[in-house]
Amino acid sequence: MKKTINVSNQGATLDTGRRNFLKLSGVGLAMAGLTLIGCDDNEFDFMESSVFDLGKGDVGVLNYAYALEQLEADFYTKVVNNFYSGISNAEKQIFTDLYHHEVIHRDFFKAAISGATSNVLPTLEFQYPNVNFNDRNSVLATAKALEDTGVAAYNGAGKYITNSDYLVIAGKIVSVEARHASAIRNLINPGSAAFSGDDVIDANGLDLAKEPKDIVMAAGGFIKTPFTWKEQGIG
Amino acid sequence: MNILKLLDKLSDDKFFSTEASRLDTLTGISKFGKKAAIASIPLGLGALMTTPAKAAPFNGDNTFKNTLTDALQLALVLEYLENEYYAIGLSTAGLIPNADRTVFMQISKHESAHVTFLKNTLTSLGVTPGAKPTFDFTAGGNFMPFVDYNQFLVLAQAFEDTGVRAYKGQAGNVMSNKTVLQAALQIHSVEARHASQVRRMRANKGWIELSDGGNMPSATDPVYAGEGNTNQAGFNTATAFGAAAGSAAYDEILTGSEAQTIASLFIV
Repeated sequence: MKKTINVSNQGATLDTGRRNFLKLSGVGLAMAGLTLIGCDDNEFDFMESSVFDLGKGDVGVLNYAYALEQLEADFYTKVVNNFYSGISNAEKQIFTDLYHHEVIHRDFFKAAISGATSNVLPTLEFQYPNVNFNDRNSVLATAKALEDTGVAAYNGAGKYITNSDYLVIAGKIVSVEARHASAIRNLINPGSAAFSGDDVIDANGLDLAKEPKDIVMAAGGFIKTPFTWKEQGIG
Repeated sequence: MNILKLLDKLSDDKFFSTEASRLDTLTGISKFGKKAAIASIPLGLGALMTTPAKAAPFNGDNTFKNTLTDALQLALVLEYLENEYYAIGLSTAGLIPNADRTVFMQISKHESAHVTFLKNTLTSLGVTPGAKPTFDFTAGGNFMPFVDYNQFLVLAQAFEDTGVRAYKGQAGNVMSNKTVLQAALQIHSVEARHASQVRRMRANKGWIELSDGGNMPSATDPVYAGEGNTNQAGFNTATAFGAAAGSAAYDEILTGSEAQTIASLFIV
């Protein structure tokens, strides 16, 4: 986690204050909640007020993308800080590139959302209970799942974006996620059709597109910090 | 009707750019018979119109529909091109090594499906799909893709990277129809998967660093022009890890007219 935070400071230099503010306000809300519980056993209200909601309209979609990019960036940070044994130079280069791209995406969203609203998703915490970072197969399988999920998430969320500038930015990112997915799939199954396999591309030649609630359910095992997105029926 | 000429007229950058005065722009719009729609354009929309992907800024249903279906017609031209290219490549004896055939059969299958899907979509929107142009994959004798496998790979990479950028450039033009937008995104990411694979078969990275296509002939420079961009909505993507990583983290758009110019090199 420490590594992630260091990189975040490097890429987005201006808003450490904002993160501190979010932390502090979180504490404040928790205190208020405890007070509430003390005088009134309305625990539901406490939960409601302390869990971050991604928000409405385009802000919600941007925070959603920010959550996914945080996850990818966190995962690859762990990969490059502890390469699996026997990793080739070519694979090191690929994972280093993916780490760079996802950290840049993450820090972009933080800056972009901060410029548009104060409703910025805080830094999330993640867990990888079934990933063995020392094992090539485990790391590649997780990378594949994350990249395919990223593609399906952006493809499914595009229709909820109303600002065409945001839509184009999402388009600029999703194709890079698809390039990643292709490369990872090819590392797992070289020489095969897996780079755009029939498991993700349908008979019309269309890639996966998934609704936010399905994505959050799929990625939920990795995400420790709870959040809601009521507009999308999440939480 | 010449699809490309029509698109040229509708997607000409100058039509929406600040180079044309507001009055000129309005005059241009009225030429399309949309005088009634003009009154509903807020003054501030001038800025929106200069964004690379042109959102359909009008309320008239026909204008929306034309913007939408013209974008799909452009996509259809590019899919016709890719589909025919791989079909010829796969049917040319001795061109594609056995070890690579699985990859190109998969890509070919998708491009064929995209042609069918786009034709069906246009038909369902009440528009006749454009006819397949006559292609010249030598681009007037400059390439020999069906004789030289390396050249086959070079053009495959150029077509896939072009496809990614061209679909992205039409996003704003199809966003009026959520179903079409999602399908376009779903095709767009398939093109990106293809592009990554073909690039890697050429010992390139799957992503585009700076505006360097990666050991590509200068004739393909327009495919990569602008890919070196490291400014995304004011955010400097080069700060953290340098310009190569910052530019590669984002694919750039091609406007309709830019995509048309590239496709036209291969159309008789």
